Amino acid sequence: MSDNPSQQNDDLQKSKLEILEKRIWMTVPLLIFVVLLVRFNNVPEMGRYYAVDIGGSVEPATKIDRAAGLAHVDIDRSIGIWVSAFLTIGIFSFLYKDNPYYKVCESLFIGISAAYWMVLSFWTTIVPNLFGKLFPTWTQSWALPGLPTAHEGDWWLYFIPLILGIMLLMRLVPNYGWMARWPLAFIIGTTAGLRLIGFLQADFWGQIINTVDTFPSYELISTEISARNYDVLAKLFNAILIVVSILACLVYFFFSIEHKGGVAKVARFGIFVLMVTFGAGFGFTVMGRIALLAIRLEFLINDWLALNAV
Amino acid sequence: MIDFLNNLDRRWIFLAMGLSVLIPILLKTEFPETATAQSQAVFDEVEKLKPGDKVLMAWDWDPASAGELEPMATAFALHCASKKLKLYFMAIYPLGSQMSENTINDVIKVDFPDMKYGEDYVNLGYKPGYEGVIKVIVNNLRELYPTDARGTNLDQIPMCRGVTNIQDMKLIINVSSGYPGIKEWVQYAATPYKNKFKLVGGCTGVQASLMYPYIPQQLAGQLGAIKGAAEYENLVTAKYAPDSPREIYKEGRRRMGPQLIAHMLMITLIVLGNVIYFVQRSRGAA
Repeated sequence: MSDNPSQQNDDLQKSKLEILEKRIWMTVPLLIFVVLLVRFNNVPEMGRYYAVDIGGSVEPATKIDRAAGLAHVDIDRSIGIWVSAFLTIGIFSFLYKDNPYYKVCESLFIGISAAYWMVLSFWTTIVPNLFGKLFPTWTQSWALPGLPTAHEGDWWLYFIPLILGIMLLMRLVPNYGWMARWPLAFIIGTTAGLRLIGFLQADFWGQIINTVDTFPSYELISTEISARNYDVLAKLFNAILIVVSILACLVYFFFSIEHKGGVAKVARFGIFVLMVTFGAGFGFTVMGRIALLAIRLEFLINDWLALNAV
Repeated sequence: MIDFLNNLDRRWIFLAMGLSVLIPILLKTEFPETATAQSQAVFDEVEKLKPGDKVLMAWDWDPASAGELEPMATAFALHCASKKLKLYFMAIYPLGSQMSENTINDVIKVDFPDMKYGEDYVNLGYKPGYEGVIKVIVNNLRELYPTDARGTNLDQIPMCRGVTNIQDMKLIINVSSGYPGIKEWVQYAATPYKNKFKLVGGCTGVQASLMYPYIPQQLAGQLGAIKGAAEYENLVTAKYAPDSPREIYKEGRRRMGPQLIAHMLMITLIVLGNVIYFVQRSRGAA
């Protein structure tokens, strides 16, 4: 405790605020719970998923189905709505401050994603593309009835990915962890090779062609101008601007010569072009994030609270 | 005032942003959409196709980006189904297969009940392997897809019998939420095989500005985030569902209402932030 009276006063104010904040944190959820309970009792659409049985399959019910009395509340999906709503609120609660509720939601999200990915990869790759190729009859008998039972030519080659896969799992065994380096090296090597070709073809060479292609031909320019159509001049200006912008950006990243005089001016224009690009990216990103916020709020308002249904 | 704004708790800004999105949703605010060149280009590419033409619907997205991508995926499905194209759904994104099923359930089964699974549309499912999958199926589809998502042998599915690789497609439509996605389709399918088929797509806002250099030579057209989705949705419903389209065909336009208000708030905050900065700087100089 500080001896300074002003400091003591500040500490006292701070602790009072903390107590008030704790009380608010205890009261607000309680109030929300009461409001939700009242609403759940009074609004039949709230937090309930209505379904209708059509030919043995469960389909979402329309307002007509409900009016005709054909719809019933699907308990499983209704619970899903409530779980989703509380998880959504849990994630949003981080905007106030970090809290255990948020941590639980975050951990659940990561855990479920990882588990889902693992199970999905097993059933969509290891079963059809490894077991299915090596042991087609056996795989067909228990997993994939539609799988051809005959071995393909060179089917034994699939033992290589099987062995590499087992070696990768050796990372979990303390004394044999080194074995995982071989398949990892294979993965990194093939990925690098694959991506190198893709980038050379589509980004390096492809982009040079695209840049040059933006220029209208001399014949087109003369024909269009003689027809008093001056749009072609806008295209020409656009093409020149693209080339100048690219060159200016390249100059900015060229550090072998000092950025002085003319070079500095060109590099400065390069920075300007980069800023415009980042601005466009930022604008698009903001739009994307708002759309993501909108869909969660739509879910809370329409599917959970049914505010637009009343 | 300046000091008050400068010390404003950022949580008030979060609250203002939340309200700017929430209120238009509650009021169901919508604004008219006019198609830009990119949305029109995507629409025109699908329009060029004839009934029965094969289209690969590469659904590389998941629920995390449904806010931006679901409206365009729904509009793509409505457009292609209305034109009686043969739809081959597939995914190199883990949850893409489920997203394909959602699109099939929401659009095809409801509005096109005459379309038959295996004859008019098929879900090939998800394959891990990122761009490696594209690299393989562009030459041999069965190498990675011996069966569809339901486990049925491709040779037993009528619409898959004559298909050896994705070069047999007339058009590839990719809805992409990240890696692997539209960039990989450009790199490993559209660029090396540009004379075989065309590629159009829709992507999240984060990716959109990075894709412009590929247009139009390597990417015939793209829908950039929710704005692109709303414009395309407008074009499709105007032609194929002109009389009171279902709510799912208006999602993109509906989501543009919150966009406008939130963007206005964002611009106001940026201007305000700059004003505060310059005022403080001038105070410091004085």
